[in-house]
Amino acid sequence: MRSFFNRLKEGLTKTQKALAGQIKEVLGLAPAIDDALFEQIETALIGADCGLSVAEELIERLKKRCAKEKTAESSAVLGFIKDEMKTILTEGRGAETSAAPATPMVMIFVGVNGVGKTTSIGKIGCHYTQAGQRVIFAAADTFRAAAGEQLEIWAERANAQLVGSTAGGDPAAVAFDAVQAAKSRGIPHVLIDTAGRLHSKSNLMAELAKIRRTVDKALGPAGGTVEVLLVMDATTGQNGLAQAAEFTKVAGVNGIVLTKLDGTAKGGIVLAIAHQLKIPVRWVGIGEGIDDLETFDPDEFVQALFD
Amino acid sequence: MFSNLAERFEGIFKTLRGHGKITESNVQDALKQVRRALLEADVNYKVVKTFLDEVQTESLGDKVLKSVSPGQQIIKIIHDRLVDLLGGQHRPVRFAKPPSPTIWMMVGLQGSGKTTTCGKLAGRFAKAGRRPHMVAADLARPAAVEQLRTLGRQLNIPVHSGNGNPVDVAVAGVAAATQAGADLIILDTAGRLHVDDDLMAQVTAIKSRVAPTETFFVADAMTGQDAVTSAAAFAERVGIDGVIFTKIDGDARGGAAVSIVRVTGVPILFVGTGEKLDGIEPFHPDRMASRILGMGDVVGLVEKAQEAVDLNQAAQWEQKLRKSQFDFQDFYEQLQQLKKMGPLESVLGMLPGMSKIKGLTIDERAQKRMEAMILSMTVEERRHPELINGSRRLRIAKGSGNSVQDVNRLLKQFAGMQKMIKTMSKGGMKGLPKMPMPF
Repeated sequence: MRSFFNRLKEGLTKTQKALAGQIKEVLGLAPAIDDALFEQIETALIGADCGLSVAEELIERLKKRCAKEKTAESSAVLGFIKDEMKTILTEGRGAETSAAPATPMVMIFVGVNGVGKTTSIGKIGCHYTQAGQRVIFAAADTFRAAAGEQLEIWAERANAQLVGSTAGGDPAAVAFDAVQAAKSRGIPHVLIDTAGRLHSKSNLMAELAKIRRTVDKALGPAGGTVEVLLVMDATTGQNGLAQAAEFTKVAGVNGIVLTKLDGTAKGGIVLAIAHQLKIPVRWVGIGEGIDDLETFDPDEFVQALFD
Repeated sequence: MFSNLAERFEGIFKTLRGHGKITESNVQDALKQVRRALLEADVNYKVVKTFLDEVQTESLGDKVLKSVSPGQQIIKIIHDRLVDLLGGQHRPVRFAKPPSPTIWMMVGLQGSGKTTTCGKLAGRFAKAGRRPHMVAADLARPAAVEQLRTLGRQLNIPVHSGNGNPVDVAVAGVAAATQAGADLIILDTAGRLHVDDDLMAQVTAIKSRVAPTETFFVADAMTGQDAVTSAAAFAERVGIDGVIFTKIDGDARGGAAVSIVRVTGVPILFVGTGEKLDGIEPFHPDRMASRILGMGDVVGLVEKAQEAVDLNQAAQWEQKLRKSQFDFQDFYEQLQQLKKMGPLESVLGMLPGMSKIKGLTIDERAQKRMEAMILSMTVEERRHPELINGSRRLRIAKGSGNSVQDVNRLLKQFAGMQKMIKTMSKGGMKGLPKMPMPF
């Protein structure tokens, strides 16, 4: 098996060329550290969907650092940018516990329509079953046509158990059943698929809040771990921030699954989210294959971006 | 998160009052804010740059510098230019000359909404009297064919598909649909990344074998800077005739629309406005321009109201309002119609400046409680609220699960509203009645 680093690098080839290439070009062409250089770097960051405020903040930090370290070489600036981006991404990691999480570990996948929730569940489920751990999928997307069938196919591929549903059924009831099943069968991982919903639709968001409450209730006093994962498409622009904020408000998002990073999209919105909301990226999707999804490492992410 | 462009301009130009003349540098400041607004709306930065270069001369013209409200003038110029850009290519959707059937083919990235859009288009044009069939050639995503079949069942529209090579399935599906007498064939293809050479070659092969009347690039309104790259790649390699811009019922500003039109030079023909099968509408460049600049969508609001409100009933209400006979029964009916327009928050969000006011959240539960109280009244009480005495109040409170204080508050608010209506109707009301809400 290829190492994560290599796979990510492969997946990010285009990204690299676009962003790092651009920045490198900027640094190569402009020997002096001046405003024009910073402006060009800012443009590159904006072009990567990092957003204006993060781009401006990064530039501020860069300027300070250049002044402090009395750098005259523009080539050193690249190292500084990497550092600063890593800092932002790690700030957003939140407190990580070394202790193993209590089981069952219930992961609720949420997000707007078409970001790849069902596919991510298939891939993450496979990640666990390949490690010899049992997994239950819960088809709580009872809205979209054939969403249940799609998850069923993934359950077969990933060798996971499935708690199915009927179209138009109550998604919270499906989630409840899945958690109960995991408890009685002693299965450590429950992956719940939910319908895609726009974060601006209050009725659908209320439904999601209910799913979350139901999961908490189903776990009961015996406990377990609930992780709400926001699935986000790497092509997402500035709306990603609003998505992260709203889903966090309603369901308490713990982490992000960044999908479709194998295109030319740069996924820079992740920086903005880590910066403003302190929500870490947990997984990245870097291809269409079942094992093309890996845990996220900020160091390697930035490294792969610039090397 | 985003403040209105007009509000930002206010800051720039307010300081100038009393200082006399507007200078070139003031205008430059304003254009910087325009740049910000466009970037925050996800318009590609290169597109922003060329666009601003183009409007710069006009913004520095006498019309702006000598104007009483330079901010408004600049906004108007930007808005008009955006409308030109978005609508410059506008044309109606194309049909083939009978007897050959019209074929529309969907292409795009994964998750942009191709399959759902197929269903929506089929439904819309079936209603318009055509005989649409759908062809499912997305054999990559698990259950994508099943999804289209389910949509077909809901709409009562035949769906053709098969196994094997997507190119052959598409060709055979179109042939089968033609044979079965379809006059409009909507072809769904798998989502693919524009950097995937094999899949791009495949979709190009489908296109050349099927020879569609229109090839639509389906794009998500939430797309960021990368929209230019993917759209340009699809336009170049596959060739596209139009764009369908989906998920605009969210709160994304949709700047990708500008990027896509700019780099591909093809028009946006439809927008997707919701998950339900009737959520598709023709594209309006002016509304999209307002949205991108954060100016609200007043036209959209009025249209929504027109769809939801029964005009005859509205006329009746207006009569009643004039005569100050507007009672709880009318109020309740009005509330129901307002609810048909969607969640109140999203309705208010369409008003300019309203969307981002902090703390402006409508408590839907409070609204439900109010409805419960009205429903706990007898018809007589609804028509004549003055009948409601102490014991009736207690009954209404108990019946609706509220306290007497809640009932009192509702009655007081309603009385206040009636008074307000009286004053307003003296001033004369035209058209739709105002929709008074006691919160």
